[in-house]
Amino acid sequence: MVAPAVDVPQTVPETPRRRETARVAGLLVALLLLAVVLMLSLAIGARSIPLGTSWRLLWHDDGSAPAAILHDLRIPRTLIGLLVGASLGLSGGLMQALTLNPLAEPGLLGVNLGASTGVVIAIAFAGVSTLDGYIWFAFAGAGLTSVAVFVLGSTGRSANPERQVLAGIAITAVLGSFVYGVLVTKPDVFDRYRFWDVGSLGDLRPSSGAQVLPFVLVGIVLALALGPALNALALGEETGRALGAHIFRTRALGMLAVTLLCGAATAAAGPIWFVGLAVPHIARMVTGPDQRWILLYSMILAPALLLAADVIGRVVVAPSELEVGIVTAFLGAPVFIALARRRRVSEL
Amino acid sequence: MSSTASRTLRIGRASTRVDVRAVVLVTALLLLTLGIATLSLTSGDFPVPVADVIRSLTGRGDTGTDFIVLTLRLPRVLCALLVGAALGVSGAIFQSLTRNPLGSPDFIGLTMGATTGALVVILLRAGDSGEVAVGALVGCTLTALAMYLLAYRRGAQGFRLILIGVGIGAMLDAFNSFLITRARLDEAVAAQRWQVGSLNGRGWEDVRPVGAALLVLLPIALVYARRLTMLTLGDEAATALGVPVERSRFALFAVSVGLAAVATAAAGPISFVALAAPQLARRLTGTAGSGLLAAAVTGGFLLIAGDWAAQRVMPGNNLPVGVATGAVGGVYLCWLLVHEWRRKA
Amino acid sequence: MSSRLHAEDLTLSYEQRIVAEGLDVRIPDESFTVIVGPNACGKSTLLKALARLLKPRQGTVFLDGRAISQYSAKQVAHRLGMLPQTPIAPNGITVGDLVARGRYPHQSLLQQWSREDESIVAEAMRLTEVLELSNRFVAELSGGQRQRVWLAMVLAQQTPILLLDEPTTFLDIAHQIEVLDLCADLHEQGRTLVAVLHDLNLACRYADHLIAMKAGTIVAQGHPAEVVTAELVREVFGMDCRVIDDPETGTPLVVPAGRVARRKALTTVRTG
Repeated sequence: MVAPAVDVPQTVPETPRRRETARVAGLLVALLLLAVVLMLSLAIGARSIPLGTSWRLLWHDDGSAPAAILHDLRIPRTLIGLLVGASLGLSGGLMQALTLNPLAEPGLLGVNLGASTGVVIAIAFAGVSTLDGYIWFAFAGAGLTSVAVFVLGSTGRSANPERQVLAGIAITAVLGSFVYGVLVTKPDVFDRYRFWDVGSLGDLRPSSGAQVLPFVLVGIVLALALGPALNALALGEETGRALGAHIFRTRALGMLAVTLLCGAATAAAGPIWFVGLAVPHIARMVTGPDQRWILLYSMILAPALLLAADVIGRVVVAPSELEVGIVTAFLGAPVFIALARRRRVSEL
Repeated sequence: MSSTASRTLRIGRASTRVDVRAVVLVTALLLLTLGIATLSLTSGDFPVPVADVIRSLTGRGDTGTDFIVLTLRLPRVLCALLVGAALGVSGAIFQSLTRNPLGSPDFIGLTMGATTGALVVILLRAGDSGEVAVGALVGCTLTALAMYLLAYRRGAQGFRLILIGVGIGAMLDAFNSFLITRARLDEAVAAQRWQVGSLNGRGWEDVRPVGAALLVLLPIALVYARRLTMLTLGDEAATALGVPVERSRFALFAVSVGLAAVATAAAGPISFVALAAPQLARRLTGTAGSGLLAAAVTGGFLLIAGDWAAQRVMPGNNLPVGVATGAVGGVYLCWLLVHEWRRKA
Repeated sequence: MSSRLHAEDLTLSYEQRIVAEGLDVRIPDESFTVIVGPNACGKSTLLKALARLLKPRQGTVFLDGRAISQYSAKQVAHRLGMLPQTPIAPNGITVGDLVARGRYPHQSLLQQWSREDESIVAEAMRLTEVLELSNRFVAELSGGQRQRVWLAMVLAQQTPILLLDEPTTFLDIAHQIEVLDLCADLHEQGRTLVAVLHDLNLACRYADHLIAMKAGTIVAQGHPAEVVTAELVREVFGMDCRVIDDPETGTPLVVPAGRVARRKALTTVRTG
């Protein structure tokens, strides 16, 4: 009897070069998309400016009324949207990688509301009412909430996605009723920080962008630097450690990045949900499971998403506008439901 | 054999196991609850001595005291007890169905749906409180239906129900914010106030529906209680032991939703009672049974105590009970945090 | 050979993927049947179909002459007991409470805990030697103890037929033997057992009827002594081996070919 020969696999796996090309091409497409959305954000509004004019006025401020709108309102708003979007998108990717939970994102898990509650506490009890001051409270809120969600959301050694989502909702509800209690007794806080429950890019002080920029930059650098470590973490705690990854350090630094990014974004614009949820998944479809690329894509696609939502908010109920937090929730929730439907039985 | 505190009750061929310790503790809690209820009847803007309260309750009081006790305060107290009980049972069913201590009907969009229904009535129809309650009921039921249908995929497993409920809740929350921003200022204020549960100004017309619902749904829940305990063993083991899993799950889900809907229609979305009451009840009764009756008593206790505390802590501010239960939720979560932290450390 | 439990022309699918087609299975009464096969061959799926935990895409499972789907859930639970692969023990449940749950099919709203229930549960715990653990929490027990507790629960159900899905996974060798010895005792007392085991040698030791599956089809059915040969192992598992008699029990013992021997065989193929 002759022993059978060893089988040679008939299909050749996708060549690494093909994937590299796809990644770079995708990145260029993403950048292009972002540029388009940026221009739309500058042009569209209660008083829309034609695209050509916007482009011209962008570089030559001729003192006319449209130029004033552009330079005093739209450009700061778009820049803040850029920063907030990048922060939230990056945070979403980070949280999904840190907790191995494909449904994680800072709004859903209550981190953003934690930051916003920090701000409310700052204004109501510490008498701090400038962004420079209360951003530190926002960091504290975001940090504490991240840790709480992580602890509450694990069963034993590994994070359990459904428990994390529920923990996030529970924390959101507690913080929500706490803030409501504060508002009932101190209504003037409401005037200082109106968007404590639903984020908005309107009515912002133009200096907000510059004030949060340093923190966002540090957060971005930290997040992108963690890419390789996150790739190791994705294999599971034990395998990762065997490969030399410092699990605790990666998690701690990751949470620090999330705290900085979400704290800054929420302090500037209020809590915004679902921006960081779908973007890492979309990125993954092109880039594959390499966290370095996923994070990069998230950083570019998320602001596009956020600004697009902002534009929609300006258009849908013109001449008034819908807060961007409402639009992202409306757009993002169906995506979340679709993702949730796809999940298999995971719990034990 | 059976746990040492358990005794078997036998009447002829009928039999059931009774955990003596649990019965004692739950009865003690019930007495405490009634005590706080009586206390609530005596205190307020016009203090009424206990003796007079009892006289009014037994029909021998004077018209003045009767008005205060029977028309103003008693409905509110009864409302608190019944809504609390409904929420407690609803939460207990839900936590067993989802096998998750964080599984609570208020987290999964049911109360959001009730809020949407109520807001639609307040803002688009300017309805009175009866119509608002109906709106809340309809909103909650439609949301539950949408949730069940979206989650159904060879069976509506607990985890999927939770996630889809959260998604629907987020969407409805955004929609509610949208409705409020489109509304006139006075309507918006009323609407926002409805969003945090409150027992202020509750009258007999609010008590009757909750009482009726409890009368109908609680016995059904108790009949299905044994199947509920079997479901906690997992779908496969439960089927192997002869439980019709999908049918039972649907019936229990419907009862849980019904109780949460009626409770929210009466008092607005009061969070955390449905979450914390069953867990607290478990501490008293252990895991032997389904804990439904214990959860009902604990729910009533939490709400009446919360309402009493909310009124005392900030007199004159009429703090809605939803804020007090929020504090309860906060404490519970902190406890859970410490507990889980210690378990992992 | 009579069979209370048998299946005809089963096609089983799992989330749109067809796992097995055209299966005809007979479980001989009062046998200790073991289903073996490589990973993902469909053995657990077949067991689940027999336990009516999985609805077959095509074909029928018969229990006592009727299609199993025609029985009510409780009626099946009186005849078939099943131990799933990963059973879930609710938080904080004691051993006594868990075993007591096995009596559910025999209880009703009014008769929740009869004297019979009490004695049967006690007997089940005695048989599985977990009586002393009655007040302990299930979560605190070792893997072997926990498995015995689950077995006690299925025993308390008092069914003539028992289905066990990989009852020995995650157990060390001593505990595996312990659990299987217990199963052999139950078999001797007249019950029909059907188990999915991943260890072929243990299967040969305990089974008196073996069902070997590969890629969704049944390759062989019968007594291990007749069915287990080197050819069968090569066909089902793709592995070279020798089959000798187990010195302890006389049942077939599969001895895989050594590395050197296998390498020699390969080079012979290449050069020969």
